[in-house]
Amino acid sequence: MKKIEVVQNILEANDSIAAQNRELLEANGVFALNIMSAPGAGKTSLILRTAAELKDRLRIGVIEGDVASTLDSERVQNEVTAVVQVTTRDASESCALIANMVAHALKRLPLEQMDLLLIENVGNLICPSEFALGEHMRVVVSSLPEGDDKPTKYPIIFSDASVVVINKLDFLPYVDFDIPSFQKAVLGLNPRAKFFQVSCKTGAGIKDWCAWLERELSSHKSHQKIMK
Amino acid sequence: MASRVRMHEFGITESIINIVLDKAKEAEANRVTKISLVAGELSGFVPDCIQFYFEFLSKGSPAEGATLHFESPPAQIRCRDCSTVFHPQDTVWTCPSCQSESVEIEGGRELYVKSIEVE
Ligand SMILES: Nc1nc2c(ncn2[C@@H]2O[C@H](COP(=O)(O)OP(=O)(O)OP(=O)(O)O)[C@@H](O)[C@H]2O)c(=O)[nH]1
Ligand SMILES: [Mg+2]
Ligand SMILES: [Zn+2]
Repeated sequence: MKKIEVVQNILEANDSIAAQNRELLEANGVFALNIMSAPGAGKTSLILRTAAELKDRLRIGVIEGDVASTLDSERVQNEVTAVVQVTTRDASESCALIANMVAHALKRLPLEQMDLLLIENVGNLICPSEFALGEHMRVVVSSLPEGDDKPTKYPIIFSDASVVVINKLDFLPYVDFDIPSFQKAVLGLNPRAKFFQVSCKTGAGIKDWCAWLERELSSHKSHQKIMK
Repeated sequence: MASRVRMHEFGITESIINIVLDKAKEAEANRVTKISLVAGELSGFVPDCIQFYFEFLSKGSPAEGATLHFESPPAQIRCRDCSTVFHPQDTVWTCPSCQSESVEIEGGRELYVKSIEVE
């Protein structure tokens, strides 16, 4: 019997594929968002609203990680330049996108004709948080009917998010969701988190979110130029 | 939901087996008898699930039959205001010394293959 010290990170394989995805995106000047939420919080709706708002100015691609059906990709395909549905290994359903799935999806997207890539992760607040995909930013969508206790129940996903989009604002009169205390809980975990309050139903707040996103894109682009 | 939570352990278990078989090969071993894994309390990975996939995925490989040993380092949260390090009660991450909610994760997200035993 012989003991061998290994000490090797199990996520390394995923992380290195994510780094390659990131390089490929950079090389094509594409800015990517990894959009995560509980099931039904409004990821697809946010993608639709964002695409409708920005499609005259930005060329947008979408990766739909809703592996159970093609419904979401059908919903978005008219709004964007290109959409790819991620199919996982024939094995079974997935609870999260992993970098390898995105690597395959990127091969099927016209990256050189895109500015923005929106990746809809699988509806789940635990599993996706461990897997980098190569995104520039992680966006968590939290909707009012879910309740305001999600940051304390699922701290990891909130501590790694760049942006938290509070959706279904039209529900405010009907639910007990304390927006300031929700934001305080997120900021406790993640002092740099940025918030937007939107309703994908009424369109409220969408302009602010999109204007900010556009600014992030152009500042990233000019930064890239300086680096080159 | 239960059926959906499987797959990420599936991929993780594949990665574990790849790492282990590489190391065993380097050591010119015939068989892996034990695998020690570290999966922190906050890592989001369920040992039973990894065990289940391991039995399935290691069949026919030098790792078949190896025992998996799990270590789960506890969540360690550090208060940004007073630097107290604490283990969170339930899911509410409030500093027990100063009640601050401004905290960061110091430990508990580890996920790695620590060592293997081969023959
Ligand atoms: N009232 C209201 N309903 C909304 C809003 N945004 C989304 N919805 C509805 O919520 C439901 C779920 O929205 P989706 O956009 O499909 O959510 P999702 O996160 O993509 O869901 P999954 O992909 O299944 O996890 C749909 O019926 C939407 O019409 C909103 O701002 N207000
Ligand atoms: Mg969806
Ligand atoms: Zn404190």
